[in-house]
Amino acid sequence: VQDRCGCVLMMLCDGVCVQAQKLLRERLCHQKLPDQPVGLDSQYKHLLELLRRTAVHGESNSVLIVGPRGSGKTMLLGCVLRELMSLKEAQKNVLLVELNEKLQLCNETKSLGFLVFQGSFAENLAFLLEALKKGDKSSSRPVLFVLDEFDLFAHHKNQTLLYNLLDVSQSAQTPVAVLGLTCRLDVLELLEKRVKSRFSHRQIHLFSSLSFAQYLDVVRAQLSLPPDFPDPKFSDEWNHSVTKLCEDKTVEEILRRNFNGSKDFRSLHSLLFLAVSRVSVSHSTLREADLIEAWRLISVDSKANVLHGLSILELCLIIAMKHLNDTYDGEPFNFQMVHNEFKKFIQRKSHSIHKFEKPVVMKAFEHLLQLELVRPVDSGVCKVQREYQLMRLMLEHGQVMEALQRYPQCPTDVKQWALSAFG
Amino acid sequence: MSRYITRLRMRRTYKWNGRPVGEDRKLKRQYYESMSISVEGKTEDATVSLGQYILIEGDDDDNPFVAQLLKLYTDDSGKKKTAVLQWFVRMCEVPQNKRKLLGRDPHPQEIFFYQDRSCDNEVDGETILGAVQIEYVPVQDPFPVGKSRDILFVKLLWDTKSFRALDPELMQPSQSPKSPPPSSRGPQTRALPTPDPSVMKRAMSGILTRGSMSTGKMSSSEAESLHSASKLSAAKALSAKRRSQAVSGPQVRKKLDLCSPSKNMSRDDVLGELLDERSEKTLTSKLNTSPTGRISISIRLTPLNLNKEECVSPLSSHSPDKPRMTAHDKDDAARARTPSRRKDSAALREPALAALAEEEHEDSPINTAATSRSKRKSAQLVSSRIKKQLNLLGNKIGLQSDGEDGDDDDCFIPSKIDLQSSSDEEEEAKIDSEDELIVKKHRGSGTSRSTEKTRVSARTPRKTPSKKTAPATPRTPRHATPSIPSRTAPARKPGNVLEEARARLHVSSVPESLPCREQEFQDIYNFVESKVIDGTGGCMYISGVPGTGKTATVHEVIRSLQQSAEQDEIPHFRFIEINGMKMTDPHQAYVQILQKLTDQKATPDHAAALLEKRFSAPAPKKETVVLLVDELDLLWTRKQNVMYNLFDWPTRRNARLVVLTIANTMDLPERIMINRVASRLGLTRMSFQPYTFKQLQQIITSRLNRVKAFEEDALQLVSRKVAALSGDARRCLDICRRATEICEHSGSQKNSSGLVGMSHVMEALDEMFSSSYISAIRCASVQEQLFLRAVIAEFRRLGLEEATFQQVFVQHQALCRVEGLQPANVSEGLTVCQRLGSCRLLLLEGSRLDLFLRIRLNVSQDDVLYALKAD
Repeated sequence: VQDRCGCVLMMLCDGVCVQAQKLLRERLCHQKLPDQPVGLDSQYKHLLELLRRTAVHGESNSVLIVGPRGSGKTMLLGCVLRELMSLKEAQKNVLLVELNEKLQLCNETKSLGFLVFQGSFAENLAFLLEALKKGDKSSSRPVLFVLDEFDLFAHHKNQTLLYNLLDVSQSAQTPVAVLGLTCRLDVLELLEKRVKSRFSHRQIHLFSSLSFAQYLDVVRAQLSLPPDFPDPKFSDEWNHSVTKLCEDKTVEEILRRNFNGSKDFRSLHSLLFLAVSRVSVSHSTLREADLIEAWRLISVDSKANVLHGLSILELCLIIAMKHLNDTYDGEPFNFQMVHNEFKKFIQRKSHSIHKFEKPVVMKAFEHLLQLELVRPVDSGVCKVQREYQLMRLMLEHGQVMEALQRYPQCPTDVKQWALSAFG
Repeated sequence: MSRYITRLRMRRTYKWNGRPVGEDRKLKRQYYESMSISVEGKTEDATVSLGQYILIEGDDDDNPFVAQLLKLYTDDSGKKKTAVLQWFVRMCEVPQNKRKLLGRDPHPQEIFFYQDRSCDNEVDGETILGAVQIEYVPVQDPFPVGKSRDILFVKLLWDTKSFRALDPELMQPSQSPKSPPPSSRGPQTRALPTPDPSVMKRAMSGILTRGSMSTGKMSSSEAESLHSASKLSAAKALSAKRRSQAVSGPQVRKKLDLCSPSKNMSRDDVLGELLDERSEKTLTSKLNTSPTGRISISIRLTPLNLNKEECVSPLSSHSPDKPRMTAHDKDDAARARTPSRRKDSAALREPALAALAEEEHEDSPINTAATSRSKRKSAQLVSSRIKKQLNLLGNKIGLQSDGEDGDDDDCFIPSKIDLQSSSDEEEEAKIDSEDELIVKKHRGSGTSRSTEKTRVSARTPRKTPSKKTAPATPRTPRHATPSIPSRTAPARKPGNVLEEARARLHVSSVPESLPCREQEFQDIYNFVESKVIDGTGGCMYISGVPGTGKTATVHEVIRSLQQSAEQDEIPHFRFIEINGMKMTDPHQAYVQILQKLTDQKATPDHAAALLEKRFSAPAPKKETVVLLVDELDLLWTRKQNVMYNLFDWPTRRNARLVVLTIANTMDLPERIMINRVASRLGLTRMSFQPYTFKQLQQIITSRLNRVKAFEEDALQLVSRKVAALSGDARRCLDICRRATEICEHSGSQKNSSGLVGMSHVMEALDEMFSSSYISAIRCASVQEQLFLRAVIAEFRRLGLEEATFQQVFVQHQALCRVEGLQPANVSEGLTVCQRLGSCRLLLLEGSRLDLFLRIRLNVSQDDVLYALKAD
């Protein structure tokens, strides 16, 4: 979608504005590694030094890079590898094998540059181990194994792969560096004790200790156009507007909320991406309205829109369920109970809503079921009549009330019913 | 393909022809001249008689062993038929790495006169398949063409080290088997496998008489004491022997042999021969010929042993009273052996060999004198013939000794290559398989040879490694060779002290010795050694927590055993290693063992069958296999048949298999094995205790080996800390390594002493052992921290350690309001919750449960509160 968007814009007007937008989008979509990882200097040095030793001295190592999602683990590794490969003595001397959880061992042998041969998993494993065993510290090329989502490898049968890789790293065979990336803090507890013993227990933690001021700086840096932008006039203007934007109170509020939610840059990038996408030729600078709109899109509750499209009858049923939840303290209910609650409302308070036939109500109820706003309590075992099957409402109290507020032309008696303490 | 009838297919019956030609009352034996073999379904019987060349059933049906029949006898019961043989080897039985020594392509029908002191020369008479024709071809002559395919040709002699020209005297045409010319006797006897190892066997004749050595072995020692030393004492005796050897060379060795009863054996043989020749003078001559027995001893002894005769000192090989530790020290010495030392020993041997010829000449007049006393014509005749033969032999031995020494020097490669033998072995295997191809081609032309046997027996007499020949051969790649591309620039060597220390502290660096495991080393060493010497089998179970040096110790044991095997101190053996973790399925164990043993590929079932056959079939020339099974617990299957087989094979009579198993838990046999498996594993167990802090300290110090990189206190801190936690040596080394890194970084700033100090070690320890949860919580975002707080609040409210998301979310919103933040909506709340779940600060159910997913804390509440308070 984003690409298509870009194309359309390209066709519409081909100007500096579009160029700037394209550049920023690329930056925000992680298509390019940053020049220097932000706030990870010590980790960067540690990892680089470690890999350099493997590449240059042929020293086997194993390391885990641990950090929450979006904390820049892959980015850090990418930067380190980029620098490593730029070293002359490492350049031609390293084989890189990247493994994802789903990849078969076959791919591993393939990516090591071997002749691919058809064989069973057992043969492949034996082949690989034989190959690694034959190498020695001084003469064979070091191999870097990158295990993305390291914790998932721990769920393989017997942890065979991990055991073998770590065993190679702890014995006088081909020099290897085993790099594990994971977001789980307890990943070592997943390892079997003999696998754990072979792991060097070297962990690099990536916890961002960013303050909000630094966060704002990052936002500014991310949005600013580089000095070598073709049109200096435009870039000056743009950068000026970005600086002003960051000082704006509402924008700051939005950014702070985002910062409070999570410190990682991934959520920030998705927010900024939406904002940048709203820039067009007609208004060629980033305005606060763009950011507000982007924030609104991002922070919207996932169920709010679903509730927005419900009919009055369905909304009434939801209110009835909410009352049942209140009365019975979250106990599950069945259709019959909901229907009774709804009938009571019709008889006592309703002016605007007519009586519905039971099959019609049933139909509405089933629609809610399909939307998964109600969900059956897990008991598919015994067949119960549909009316008496136990259900739960998958909505929070606040969500119902908010939906009512926003519902266009909601009858007042329904609103009052929802607000009233008793059904 | 197979033209030889084997027992598997047809039943053969063996009968003595005629009456016994001689009898030995002392040994209760009756000697015969010939035996007839009748095969079911065939009318005419095959007859084999003394001096004839025969085929012996081997591990392989297509390629039976070839030998010359020297003696046939039966014991008093008359049931057991034993044959004494002179072996011949086929090219395929020569180890692959030695084949190059021939210097030409072997003729398909070519065999070699086999001269090996260590080879057993008695087999069960019922393994004889039939007669075969052998022709002697002089060295210069080409192989005759157009002869029958059944005829085998002998041209050269193979003495396990080199090919040499065969003295035509040794080869007598077999056309007159009934009365072979007596002159042939001497050399034949001489060439028989001679006592050096058998000396040791006698020393523990108790084991030997149990008959576990080889097929239908009826050794002369049966008549001897059954009460002799136990296996262990025999092992001790041997280690004592080796010890003294290492100290003082061949001189001491002689003494040991003196006391061993090898005399009996040789006299006996001679008696048998004499009886063969002069059947009419059996009993009377026997007593009188006993002095001649002495002569024949000296004939049979190989140079070294001959020398031993001189020494009359009463120091016996049965003196195991020396402390065991010395044996270990000796091993260390052997390990540290340098090329120069090896040369020395070769040089030492030379004078001994030179002395031999003289000695024999000295001996013989005395002997003739002795015989002349007996005044018997026959005895005189015999002794004169022997004398003549002796002279011949003396020259020959001189020749041989030259050849041997030259070979020794050539074959020696610095020990570094020995360490890499595993990879070299593979190369050999490659060559082996290629040789096979050639063999296969020849098959069609008639001499049936089988590939299987090629592999099995080819490795038997592995002596000095002449690996230099192996890698040089260019060969066409048949399979994808497993290898890692080599690097373009060589690896850089460590530059400064810290880097040097780091390289030494790496777990992978092979230490010169393993400190703190001396006792375990000695126990395993004794166990394996005694089994290898006896040619028996056995199991051992080794347990211990990870990182206590189990595998390293076993490898160390094997290394030093292989070294002593190379020096011919103990019989040769093969070492095979499998690892439960390195296979995808327990049944793959069979495949891997078979592949490492014979380089064959097979399916698990087929491999199991082949191994079963191999370990249960009698094969006189088999060498002991030492099998290391690492991570035994992973070989567990529901029926436990893999483990059952592994432990059952060693108990077979002919298996010669020693199984060392390693696992982590001490009570594994009781816990996971069914009774019949646990019983076969036996009670030979050993457990490796976790290292104490002193031991860890010693390990680090010995590894550092005078590289001064650590402060004493720092080392002590590390070792104490690790010893308190796990006693895992790997961990200890890793921490030290990390500490050197930290030191290196900080050293550049502060310009400190350059040694790794307490602060660096503390930092490294913190990094490795401190939990990261608290810092993770501290670095979490505001909403995440609030959510954790909400979880705790909800837990307190419920009094449970579990809550649904809905419940926590209500708390979360309330807390947001308290903190003056805009309350998050459900989607945001769920995102926060999931993020905490992915770090495993929280334990979550599947997210499809939405509001009702249950939440637990993965950290203690106190930790969370502590982390949040300090903020």
